[in-house]
Amino acid sequence: MQPGKWLTALFAIAVALASGSHAWGQQTIKVAYTDPLSGPFAQVGDANLKQMQYIIDYINAKGGALGKKFELVPFDNKSQPSDALIALKSATDQNMPFIMQCSGSNIAAALIDAVNKHNDRNPDNRIIYLNCGAVAPELTNEQCSFWHFRFDLHAAMKAEVMVRALPKDVTKVYLINQDYLFGQSVQREVKNFLGKLRPDVQVVGDELIPLGKIKDFSPYITKIKASGAQALLTGNWGPDMNLLIKAGVDAGADLRYYTFYAHLAGGPTAIGAGGDNRVLAVMSFGENVAPETGNAEAEAFTKGFRDKHKFDFSAAGFRTIFEYLQAAVNKAGSVDPTKVAFALEGLTIKDFLGFETTMRKDDHQLISEYFVGTFKKGVKYDAEGTGLGWATSATVLAKDIDQPNTCKMKRPKS
Amino acid sequence: MEVFVVSLLNGLVYGMLLFMLASGLTLILSMMGVLNFAHASAYMLGAYFAYTISQYIGFWPALIIAPVLCGLIGAAIEMWGLRRVHRNGHIAELLFTFGLALIIEKGVQMTWGLLPVPYRVPELLDFPLFRIYGTQFPAYRAFMLLISALMFGAIWLGLTRTRIGLVIQAALTHPDMASALGHNVPRIFTLVFAAGTALAGLAGVIGGNYQVTEPAMAFTMGPIVFVVVVFGGLGSLTGCFIASILMGLIQTFAVVFDVSLADLLAKFGYVVTKDTPFAEVLTVTLPRIGALLPFLMMVLILVFRPRGLMGTRDT
Amino acid sequence: MSMLRRHSVWLLALVVLLALPFLFYDWTKGRHSGFVLTLMSEIGVMAIFALSYNMLMGQAGLLSFGHAVLFGLGAYCAAHVVNLVKAGTIWLPTELVPLAGGLGGMFFGYVLGWLVTKQRATAFAMITMGLGELVSAAALMFMGFFGGEGGINIDRVMDTSLLGVSYSSPWQVYCLVLAWAFIAAALMRLQTQTPLGRIANATRDNFERAQFVGYDPRMVRLLQFTLSGFFAGVGGGLYVLIYEIVTFDTVSAAKSANALLAVYIGGAGGFFGPILGTIVVVLLQSGVSLLSNAWLLYVGVLFIVMVMYAPGGLIGLLFMHVPIWRIGRLRELTLPYLRAFPPALLLLLGFVLLVELASFTTIGAAQGKKFAIAGTVIDTTAPLPWVIALAALGLGALWMRREARGFRERWDVLIEDAKRRGAVS
Repeated sequence: MQPGKWLTALFAIAVALASGSHAWGQQTIKVAYTDPLSGPFAQVGDANLKQMQYIIDYINAKGGALGKKFELVPFDNKSQPSDALIALKSATDQNMPFIMQCSGSNIAAALIDAVNKHNDRNPDNRIIYLNCGAVAPELTNEQCSFWHFRFDLHAAMKAEVMVRALPKDVTKVYLINQDYLFGQSVQREVKNFLGKLRPDVQVVGDELIPLGKIKDFSPYITKIKASGAQALLTGNWGPDMNLLIKAGVDAGADLRYYTFYAHLAGGPTAIGAGGDNRVLAVMSFGENVAPETGNAEAEAFTKGFRDKHKFDFSAAGFRTIFEYLQAAVNKAGSVDPTKVAFALEGLTIKDFLGFETTMRKDDHQLISEYFVGTFKKGVKYDAEGTGLGWATSATVLAKDIDQPNTCKMKRPKS
Repeated sequence: MEVFVVSLLNGLVYGMLLFMLASGLTLILSMMGVLNFAHASAYMLGAYFAYTISQYIGFWPALIIAPVLCGLIGAAIEMWGLRRVHRNGHIAELLFTFGLALIIEKGVQMTWGLLPVPYRVPELLDFPLFRIYGTQFPAYRAFMLLISALMFGAIWLGLTRTRIGLVIQAALTHPDMASALGHNVPRIFTLVFAAGTALAGLAGVIGGNYQVTEPAMAFTMGPIVFVVVVFGGLGSLTGCFIASILMGLIQTFAVVFDVSLADLLAKFGYVVTKDTPFAEVLTVTLPRIGALLPFLMMVLILVFRPRGLMGTRDT
Repeated sequence: MSMLRRHSVWLLALVVLLALPFLFYDWTKGRHSGFVLTLMSEIGVMAIFALSYNMLMGQAGLLSFGHAVLFGLGAYCAAHVVNLVKAGTIWLPTELVPLAGGLGGMFFGYVLGWLVTKQRATAFAMITMGLGELVSAAALMFMGFFGGEGGINIDRVMDTSLLGVSYSSPWQVYCLVLAWAFIAAALMRLQTQTPLGRIANATRDNFERAQFVGYDPRMVRLLQFTLSGFFAGVGGGLYVLIYEIVTFDTVSAAKSANALLAVYIGGAGGFFGPILGTIVVVLLQSGVSLLSNAWLLYVGVLFIVMVMYAPGGLIGLLFMHVPIWRIGRLRELTLPYLRAFPPALLLLLGFVLLVELASFTTIGAAQGKKFAIAGTVIDTTAPLPWVIALAALGLGALWMRREARGFRERWDVLIEDAKRRGAVS
């Protein structure tokens, strides 16, 4: 009873503090990684972690960088910025040169700010923040930072891809997004690009829904049908996306769904066979891209992951991150964050799918190709065992998404 | 007109699902005063059990077996856990159920994984029942309405026509008196807790394939159930029924009306611009806050009428 | 001299807390461990938050599910104030930023409290729950005050310090947090001895009687809520200084639940209980979560064990020993404790091993982690670790029952003696 509880407390203190204060040697290149690994968003962090580990094993097998292997050190941030900042402190205590984070622009914003201040105040113990998925455009515009590198296209770019993928016969669209910064960005950007690229399209409805609160989307589907829309454009993710599409399919609505995140874990299961040839998602990678372009090596790589784990490989972007890291570290000849950062910006690499990508120097935003996938039958690799998978219906090249930015980056002296 | 009818139907379906979930909690809260945070976890367990059972045996057996399993778990929790904690006060009971909710969620994650599971509507029911103004109304929704109506009928009959039901009714409104009259209140408590949990499990079986079955579903359904119970009032099942339907309809219809306070002010000739103080709040349209209206209503009713709609005593 | 003796515990605590970070000081690099300092600052802030929650739950018997609303709103106010100072519109020393947070918390405490305190007990709890949900949703929707998803960020290096400190290093912030924690704790302790504090206790114990004595319980609730909001806001202001950002999760239900956990685990009503509970909760959340996926499960189990066997919290457990200590026979418990220690340890280790094995097999393995204890990797597919875990669990449980019985006998004997000698109050 009482001794046991004290023991838990003491044990926790001892190990937590020990792990924080130990100064490790530099035999491996440590990359800290923080995402929600417990709580309601645990599946996101879990999926990312598995894919990252697979990729690191692959890169290490190819020699790592400067003869050293990469090592991933995960930290659970429970979707709270304060915990992510504590993870950052733990990482800098151990002199880790890199920290990665993929989920949540609020956490990303906190990290950028904290990394800036830390690097300013501690020039001998700097750290680079690699953003693998927080897509608010502000992060590489108003809030841009020399120490932040984003490896996924931001929401405005994705919105442009989505608008470009809209077929000519669609003239009436309905927008639904989540009522917070990201959803509001998507709403703004999609309308912006519709105005620029598709002036023939009429926006017949534009909704914001409270984040994660709606359990029943059938009233929205009713409203959408009444408006006469042919397509639904949405940046929703998680249950907000799954339930929305489910409601639409159940109601037999003759709609097409253009989404940002239908391909992420849980989406295909929720959509089911009723979504055949109706759902599109803009994605950095689809498992059928490799066989479609005849890229045998890439196909073997993704197939290896599918065979090992029970879910689909969607994070090709992570492999791009590590290939960039590998190249930058080799180019800089050291793991020192300042040198690596200078080596990273402006770097151009052909990613493993064979497309040209660049890490843009002005704002540290990756410019890469992007795909549009349609959920349909008859593809080589199905998604989550549903029998349907993502067939690539469009590929937008890097040079066509090179959007302008408003970043005024302050660079350190050396 | 079309929108009205379809919304009415959908609101009813959602309201009945809420009722299935909330009825168990009303019984538990009214009789035992326990704020059962694990109630939504029973909902989740019902859905997961039904998923696994329907994979091996089928959906129809799952409809019976899963709630029974949940009921048994509820009985076990009450007998070996809650009963001991009861003497430590209401806060202790609440925290006990809270701890239980955490353990169940983690257990579910460990058993079925972190991702949603493909718990689908059975093929027998997977067809559109009728088309109303061009929108399909799936047969499964009608099935949900049927089951919840049957359940309501069964509870009503059970409470008013059986002896044990009469005792439960008495204990609902006057627990101490019922005990003083010599009824075995602890046994009744166990029965009610188990029944409430079984009801939540049944709601899970029905609702799990209507929504998405994933480990976070308890966490998302939890708060709204409390709202319904409190709004309906303690000690009244009818109040709970009315509250559920009301909440379901309000949330559904809120989506339809695109009005905001700014529109209302405009009617009086006052134009709200970007620089008006509190412009952000005034321009919020009803659909954006639709899901929050139940909470607002609960706060208001508790402040001005703590009895709830039809409660027999103050919350 | 007697004043020093009366407050010796506080002074001792201050010295220990100032010295503790140096245990983790990295002498080779000449710098403090940022992780340790941030963790300890977090404990300081959460302790103030938990103590302010104790004002409601422990002192006034008001269970609130939305206390984080006051904490978060205070934090947002403080953040806006700091940004105004940076812009040159107003002047405020950095040291007084928590005060700005406190005033914000107090304002919202009064405004929201006016609505919330109309009811008591369960109705009060439900209103706070509803309010918590509404404010969390609002925090995401409205950009102006809340800054939306990205929140409001600040730069705490404001150059307006009264003491000429820049607050750029975590050590300086930690000292400020410590200073404020002591001030806030002292003030809250004093408040329990004011008439308001006493009447709050009275309304908690028997609100009808308090009414008969002539006090309006509603006013008491409102004032207590407002003051509690002040201290929660102070905590919020310190939070802003530590993390330099405030986002919507500061008003979320999860934060409120933290306060509830901390106060209950430590022991409600008393004073050191919440502080002790905060230490345990923060270490569990931010420490154990780094080691194990299943930390939430441990929290759940801890809860259940506490609720069933130690409803008075950790402090309650400690205080149960006081009568025995008074009669000077505490020494006689050392042997029973020593005898109970190994089975308890065995039971705990068996349980933890089992949970970790299960969690690893189902979740962790695919995540590429390796299951290692003290450096040696363990193969979780082999039956041996499982057998060991189950055996430890079973043996530990059986042995514990035997020792517990013996402990119970000894305890009863001692308590009897204490009762006879009048040491039990």
